[in-house]
Amino acid sequence: MYRLIFKRVLLGLVILWAVSVVVFLATQALPGDAARAILGRDATPERLAALQAQLHTGDPMLVQYGKWLAGTLTFDLGASLANGLPVGQYLAPRVSNSLVLMMIAAVIATPVALAVGAWSALRRDRAVDHATSLITLVLAALPEFVVGIILVLIFATGWLHVLPAVFAAGEGAVWQYPAQLVLPTLTLVLAVSPYIVRMMRAAMVEVLESEYVQQARLKGLPERTVIWRHAVPNAIGPVAQVIALQLAWLAGGVVVIEFLFRYPGIGLALMDAIGNRDLPVIQALSLLIAGLYIVVNLLADIIGLAANPKVRTAAR
Amino acid sequence: MSGDVVLDVAGLRVVGLPSKAEIVTEVDLTLGRGEVLGLVGESGSGKTTLGLALLAHAKRGTSIASGSVTVCGRDLLTLPAEEVRRARGRTVAYIPQSPASALNPALRIGTQLRECLNGSASREAHREEEGEERVQEVLREVALPDTPDFIRRYPHQLSGGQQQRIAIAMAFIGRPELIVLDEPTTGLDVTTQRHVLETVRRMCEGYGASGVYISHDMAVVAGIADRLAVMYSGRVVEAGTAEAVLAAPRHPYTARLLLAVPDLAAEREMTGIPGHAPSPLARPGGCAFAPRCELAEDRCRAEQPAPVEVTVGHTVRCVKPGSPPAPRPATPLRAGDGGGAPVLEVRGLSARYGRTEVLSGIELTVPAGECVALLGESGSGKTTLSRAIVGLHPEFDGEILLDGEALAHGSYRRTEEQRRRVQYVFQNPYEALNPRKTVRELVLGPVRVLRGRVADPDAVVRDALERASLRGDLAGRYPDQLSGGERQRVAIARALATGPDLLICDEITSSLDVSVQSSIVELLRELQRRDGLSLLFVTHDIALVRNLAQHVAVLEDGRIVESGPVERVFTTPDHPYTRSLIDDTPHFTPAFARLDSRD
Repeated sequence: MYRLIFKRVLLGLVILWAVSVVVFLATQALPGDAARAILGRDATPERLAALQAQLHTGDPMLVQYGKWLAGTLTFDLGASLANGLPVGQYLAPRVSNSLVLMMIAAVIATPVALAVGAWSALRRDRAVDHATSLITLVLAALPEFVVGIILVLIFATGWLHVLPAVFAAGEGAVWQYPAQLVLPTLTLVLAVSPYIVRMMRAAMVEVLESEYVQQARLKGLPERTVIWRHAVPNAIGPVAQVIALQLAWLAGGVVVIEFLFRYPGIGLALMDAIGNRDLPVIQALSLLIAGLYIVVNLLADIIGLAANPKVRTAAR
Repeated sequence: MSGDVVLDVAGLRVVGLPSKAEIVTEVDLTLGRGEVLGLVGESGSGKTTLGLALLAHAKRGTSIASGSVTVCGRDLLTLPAEEVRRARGRTVAYIPQSPASALNPALRIGTQLRECLNGSASREAHREEEGEERVQEVLREVALPDTPDFIRRYPHQLSGGQQQRIAIAMAFIGRPELIVLDEPTTGLDVTTQRHVLETVRRMCEGYGASGVYISHDMAVVAGIADRLAVMYSGRVVEAGTAEAVLAAPRHPYTARLLLAVPDLAAEREMTGIPGHAPSPLARPGGCAFAPRCELAEDRCRAEQPAPVEVTVGHTVRCVKPGSPPAPRPATPLRAGDGGGAPVLEVRGLSARYGRTEVLSGIELTVPAGECVALLGESGSGKTTLSRAIVGLHPEFDGEILLDGEALAHGSYRRTEEQRRRVQYVFQNPYEALNPRKTVRELVLGPVRVLRGRVADPDAVVRDALERASLRGDLAGRYPDQLSGGERQRVAIARALATGPDLLICDEITSSLDVSVQSSIVELLRELQRRDGLSLLFVTHDIALVRNLAQHVAVLEDGRIVESGPVERVFTTPDHPYTRSLIDDTPHFTPAFARLDSRD
């Protein structure tokens, strides 16, 4: 099993490296001069030369990539072109803001979605099950910004006036303003939950039909034990992958939500950076989001492997 | 037989939802302490549904509609749910058909055994210790190790036989009064089957428990049951002591079922039952067996026969009980002199999967017009050998000769003519036919590839179906509109349509009911006799070999340990493995089916 995990970690690193190549190619190595593209037509020759020096655009492509990669590996991501701050220092509070938002969404969405899915399976073909199925389908079909706008209409601007429509906190950490966090979190939860609910329901239905669950019932076990010991652990295995995909999606999906609610996280930072053609920031954020994807999927793989006794007990 | 009644079933009816189709109906059974009731029936007869109803359990889509199931004086169907739960595992326990799927793959066997004792209710330390002792005790009783290391294993770390022993241990650990065993040996090798049966017998005696043994296999049931109940189409059509039923079956179905069991001595002809059991959704009025019964009269089709007590304790649902057909002596097979030129020769074949060698030093000859049986248990490599011969497993060394000409290893590199001459019928007819094609398309598929354009495709289909004893009007049907036996005949027709010289049959009857199996064997014998077809018949069933083949090769762990004419190998086996196979197969010769018992 450790060999398998080691292999997956190695694979994750290879993918991360591949992503770095793609990010580099898609930003700095595009045909034409990156510095000119950033500064636009009206750039003065002095500014152009200064930027070219900063981006090393005069060097051959491989050398440019080498320098950029070396900088990334030593967490020296260069300076933001828009405000001159080092990228690391500029992004650090934003990354932590986004992580807070994502963590809260994940911590709420995962157990709730699993519980709703399992409950729906236990009530199979009854009204509750049909309602869950319909609601999750509708939520899955709606783009997350539509969900967000509807929530804003309901809770902030239209019907009830209980929550702020946009994030307008002052100084300090975001979690000091819990009321402001509710709508962005809720939108994210509603965006990632439907798939988990549906997968969990399908997995539970299958497990509940299995012979070992029937045997557990015929052994005279209390229904609670049947469900918690025999059914749920076997259903969660296949769902772990979907949870991972959904949580990884959060890393990208958060961009739209942050933009919608003006939440000061990586999403908003990315939007600003693209608007300002702030190349070092774009590169750093792209790599960061890709890295999150890889790490979350890797964790899901490891959990999946560890949950399977066949893999866990294998000799090699 | 002892006086006190452990199980009393009255007027039990189980219906399907929402169709209200009767899956099991009008079932009355009683069982005394220490007795074993054999519940025999073919697939779809409702025997498993009945078995589950004895624990007051109904599968999804079914529901127990009426009747009573009284176990040790308490009617499980009227008890509150909590009481029923307590009764399960302690008063009445269940041993499932396939332990591989009935044991939870994610839990250690110790956990699964221990929880039978106390559920999760009691956590007291002394109870846990007691539980641990009981787990070890019951493991010793089913002849499994009781070491902590073994108890900590997961189900996948055990062999099939060990898993079944765990399932038995799980049933007995709560010292129940009644055990329901649902085909506990189906899918096990004969040697394992014998050990499991012995264990069951010993445990029932040791605990003084009564048993309901559900099976489709008369031979197995005859060896373990005191009483028999034969089910057909949801009803018990005949019930009585095992002795009485086996000596003189009074229902035509029971009699035909007994005659369908292959005779290990091959003296009696094994005769199939034409047609197939009706589905619960489309049961005929009157006696459900009437459409398949040779003795049926108009009144059989009109009225549902009530149970008649023919002798004390022997009841039959038939309007004229007691005129079963007599067993017929087997028609001799073609003489197997092996004089004909060999169609197929296998020389020095060894095959592997990756780095694991599964076959070595295989020498095999199939003479023209004769049948060679390849006999082996699961994992012996018999399927790999047949796949290598047909070109589906090219990773082998050695030679395969067709009419003295070496065949390429892979199917793709063989000529069309070579591929046409060797055809293959797969084990599972439910997976071997593309569900989206009609029978006509299925039969014509290989013909078009291997014989090019044919002048009259309809004639080819008609002819192939006829040779496989299928009605011509089935050509327009899809596989899911056919029964299992019909599907396997379609697979055979598909192989025959190309006009092969050699037919390789890989366990083709193992997923079929015994009555259907017999008619497939009849068909293969007919093809051999009439058309001079050569057969390589792969099987694990000794009795079938005796009834079909002139030669046999016994495969053990990838080597042929014994081969020769069937008569010689079975009367004077040389190799200990062959001897053990013969000894472990249940010798089933009910008095009724003995040739000398009449005239």
